[in-house]
Amino acid sequence: MAQLPRKQERVNRKPPTRSKRASSARQSNNLESKDRPVFIVDGARTPFLRARGKPGPFTPVDLAVQCGRPLLARQNFSPASFDKVILGCVNVLADEMNPARVAALRLGMGDAMPAFTVQINCGSGMQSIDTAFRTIEAGKADLILAGGTEALSHAPLVWPQEGAAWFGRFAFARSLLERLSALGALRPRMLKPVIGLERGLTDPVTQLNMGQTAEKIGHIFNISREAADAYALESHQRLARAQKSGALKGEVVPAVTREGMLYDHDDGVRPDTSMERLAKLKPAFEKPYGSVTPGNSSQITDGASWVILASETALKKHGLTPLARIVDSEWSGLDPSIMGLGPTLCSTALLERRRLTREDIELWELNEAFAAQVLACLAAWEDDDYCRHVLGLEAPFGRIDHNRLNVDGGAISLGHPVGTSGNRIVLHLVNALRRGGLRRGVATECIGGGLGGAMLVEVV
Amino acid sequence: MAVGRIPAGKHLNRNRLTLGPDAQEIAKTTHWSLLRDADAIAWLVLDRAGESTNTLSEPVMTELETLLGQVEALQPKGLVLRSGKPGGFIAGADIRDFAGVSQRDVVEGRMTQAHALVDRLAALPMPSVAVVHGHCLGGGLELALACRNRIAVEGAVFGFPEVLLGLHPGLGGTFRLPALIEPLEAMKMMLTGKSVHTAKARRLGLVDAVVEERHVVNAVKAAISGELKPTKRGAGLSRFSFYRGFAARRMRSMAAKRAPEEHYPAPHRLIDLWEHHGAGKKEVMQKEEIHSFARLLTGETAQNLIHVFFLRESLKAGGKGASGIAHVHVIGAGTMGGDIAAWCAARGLRVTLSDLNEQALAAAIGRAGKLFDKRLHSGVARRDASDRLTPDFAGDGVKQADLVIEAVAEKAEVKRKVFGMIAPLMKKDAILATNTSSIPLKELRTAVPFPERLLGLHFFNPVARMELVEVVSHDRVSDAALARLAAFCGSIDRLPALVKSSPGFLINRVLTPYLTEAFVMLDEGVQKETIDQAAVSFGMPMGPIELADRVGLDICLEVARTMQSGLDIALPDVPGWLESMVAEGRTGRKAGRGLYTYDRNGEPRKSTKYPEPHSAITDRLILPMLNTCVTCLREGVVGDEKTLEGAMIFATGFAPFRGGPLRYARTRGVEEIVGALERLQAQHGDRFKPDPHWRKLPAN
Repeated sequence: MAQLPRKQERVNRKPPTRSKRASSARQSNNLESKDRPVFIVDGARTPFLRARGKPGPFTPVDLAVQCGRPLLARQNFSPASFDKVILGCVNVLADEMNPARVAALRLGMGDAMPAFTVQINCGSGMQSIDTAFRTIEAGKADLILAGGTEALSHAPLVWPQEGAAWFGRFAFARSLLERLSALGALRPRMLKPVIGLERGLTDPVTQLNMGQTAEKIGHIFNISREAADAYALESHQRLARAQKSGALKGEVVPAVTREGMLYDHDDGVRPDTSMERLAKLKPAFEKPYGSVTPGNSSQITDGASWVILASETALKKHGLTPLARIVDSEWSGLDPSIMGLGPTLCSTALLERRRLTREDIELWELNEAFAAQVLACLAAWEDDDYCRHVLGLEAPFGRIDHNRLNVDGGAISLGHPVGTSGNRIVLHLVNALRRGGLRRGVATECIGGGLGGAMLVEVV
Repeated sequence: MAVGRIPAGKHLNRNRLTLGPDAQEIAKTTHWSLLRDADAIAWLVLDRAGESTNTLSEPVMTELETLLGQVEALQPKGLVLRSGKPGGFIAGADIRDFAGVSQRDVVEGRMTQAHALVDRLAALPMPSVAVVHGHCLGGGLELALACRNRIAVEGAVFGFPEVLLGLHPGLGGTFRLPALIEPLEAMKMMLTGKSVHTAKARRLGLVDAVVEERHVVNAVKAAISGELKPTKRGAGLSRFSFYRGFAARRMRSMAAKRAPEEHYPAPHRLIDLWEHHGAGKKEVMQKEEIHSFARLLTGETAQNLIHVFFLRESLKAGGKGASGIAHVHVIGAGTMGGDIAAWCAARGLRVTLSDLNEQALAAAIGRAGKLFDKRLHSGVARRDASDRLTPDFAGDGVKQADLVIEAVAEKAEVKRKVFGMIAPLMKKDAILATNTSSIPLKELRTAVPFPERLLGLHFFNPVARMELVEVVSHDRVSDAALARLAAFCGSIDRLPALVKSSPGFLINRVLTPYLTEAFVMLDEGVQKETIDQAAVSFGMPMGPIELADRVGLDICLEVARTMQSGLDIALPDVPGWLESMVAEGRTGRKAGRGLYTYDRNGEPRKSTKYPEPHSAITDRLILPMLNTCVTCLREGVVGDEKTLEGAMIFATGFAPFRGGPLRYARTRGVEEIVGALERLQAQHGDRFKPDPHWRKLPAN
């Protein structure tokens, strides 16, 4: 983690020239050879279940267990063989503090299993992989289960501070008089619950809702409502196609409630939506003139994802076949009000350090927080001014081929369980690369609060 | 990763019982110790020598009498009564003392003596406290009731299971319990024999406090200093005889619904006691309890049920030992497969359940959730059981399981195909068990390269209620696999019966003549309700027509065919209408219609108007069953009589108060049975021909 840039925009001051980078691309595997290689050997996720106005069937840990059981069941080593469990989760329930540990115990991984939870908002699921990656790379562990889980439908109703303060006063009132006077001070607004999710999706520093940050960068990079809607439409079509073709088999494992309800697919997908239908939706965040609508934003969703990371030692010990190697990762920060551009900073820095160019990346997973935000990132990378002054490049990064980006849909069609998405895009990137016979890919995401995360993987 | 050799939890969570801090031993007998602690409190600790569980035998009671004398002389500040066995308090009387008892006056004398002892405990001049962990049943609970306070350690279970042995409490329970807790609750406990768990015991006022083991010393001090007030909720309205009369009438009709009085008199005697003496003097209630208890104990029902108790113990003993099975993989999430998987998970095993039909698999998980709600007592236990049961959509569990149970369609070719697919994936020492109800294993064992590890494991429907499991061997099974599978049954609280693989094994072989005879009678025009009533009056839990519907007419047909083709026996022909019903999908309860139609709760719609059955119908149903039991003994399908008798009771519910089919035959007279069979043979044909082995049956 020593490579983290101290300030935003200080990504890479002295980029090597294009010709140099091209020539060194082939040697990228040999950089920092003292580090141990780290492999992804397997992974699975639950279907992503759209929140439907009431708490969904699973808590965050339930989801992690639903996803982890079949994944562990298909390994040829015992669940207790892991060295650690790391789980990303943003909205932790009061009943499930340190969900990583609760999940590990419920998965039968043994009392002795160290487990901790990481939280970096929308990057939590990737942070867990990154922490596992760096730990194994440094020789501190050989086999780690790293995941993300989120049940946004369970986000709590919170009492306003004023109400909580009143309750404290009432609860501690001794005499009848004190109680009566406390009762007299009660105002209806004090008991009006605040929807925790809404607070969670509002940047605490700028007080901008995430949707507003998308409006802002969409405006800066001139993303039209039609372009955003068209992007959203394709996200649904791509996911529907992937579901139909069986491309998600093995990656998505069914979940079953204890009442016997079967959930076997991502249920937010709307393959029958159209430009006309999308055009009818009203702006959700900046009424009436905004262009970010429920249709071109990611969905509020529940889901969990796990990947298994292993060192070479673990591969040998358990006879595992790796799917891919994690080459490197990068995290960047920027003004929270334009958090959506995070991917451009961290991904560019990551490629610079590995001496890779845009063309070297055969597939991209860029988390679809908002269609306008994804399109703004793409536009920024094509913007000469932005690339020169912010990314420190000598020329625009260039256009990311549409056919290399989010090929099987993304958070707009799948949903965005915030603590899970980062994990899912890494897992899916690996599977999509392998399916396409491709080698190198980047998974990247914007993170509420003004951060971006990126991870570079290579199929082995 | 574990640093030491023993996990911390395993090392530290051993059950450590508090037997008084810095206690000094005052006296020690074979089964009891008397200690005195630093606070001058006496601890009377029962730890029965040579037994894993504490029960009350004659020597235990005699020693207690001596020690109570010492306690009286010692004059401690208080007395604590508890068990030195980590497993539990006292499981009740030593049933061995009850077997074969026939003289009523001897029993009365013994009980009067025992009552005097319990009265002496209740009359101690110093406060007394029973500290209860684990099981506290029957006589054990009666001792606890004689103490001033009862303190339960979390996990304690209380109950009066006497009624299940055809008895009612006999050591003061019938009057001490209704005096302590709400009398209707007390009667419910004694009438149903159901245990109550810690939390409910506290709610009922059966115990004054529930504590963790680590607080036992402080709780005892509080009880003895008088800080912990004894709970008393008895009496109330039941002081009035009109109220007791009204309540007793309701109880009688409920008891009669569960079991008829002529077969199971104990609940009715208990209700009599309460109705007539419930508000009387203690001396009267005591005398009446002793009198009634002695009459029941020396009666036929109790003696037969005590016999059944030992049949269960004997089957249970066959399931002792380590199975080495921690992970079970079940293939097929139908009724049987799904319910077997759920049961195993409820009993603490890791289970993967697979099925090609995803909806069926999910539905099985839903049924499991209901089972956990009903059978497990805490949210934690329910969650853990659900977590242990993985719906395995990919079938990956086969590779990790120690035992694979196949419960797919009852067709040899389907089963062989499944075996062919999974055999190469299984662990080297894993056992493969088939839940076939009739297919001979020699037809299946060639489908796997390891016949020594292929066995039959035949559960009965409903899995959660039928305790018996047939463990089916064949000529190439290894003894080790057989022993492991029997131990597996023990580990999930089921009773294994070892049987040889012959068509229908034991239970279906015996039931088939019973069911087919009922079909013949249907064809003769006997009303189905009449046929069923004949069997129920005999003491079967349900009649043959209803049973056929419950088992599934398709399964019945399959079993009958297997038996007709595989055995040289006279069976009535399978009626043509049975085949057409199966072809139409009218397969019984599971389809909502079979010979009966079923309502939404799965209850058959029966006509209330039908001719009363006469004894000839009963004999035509029951005697072929008995005859086949004898044939199975002769052929060695089952190794011994005890296993046969126990298997029939715990798999078919064969009238337990009759003590088993052969005990019934002997009670009625073997000669008389053979004669009746011969008469039926003359009338209806060779299917009633008495087996030659009848003549060789030992006399008892």
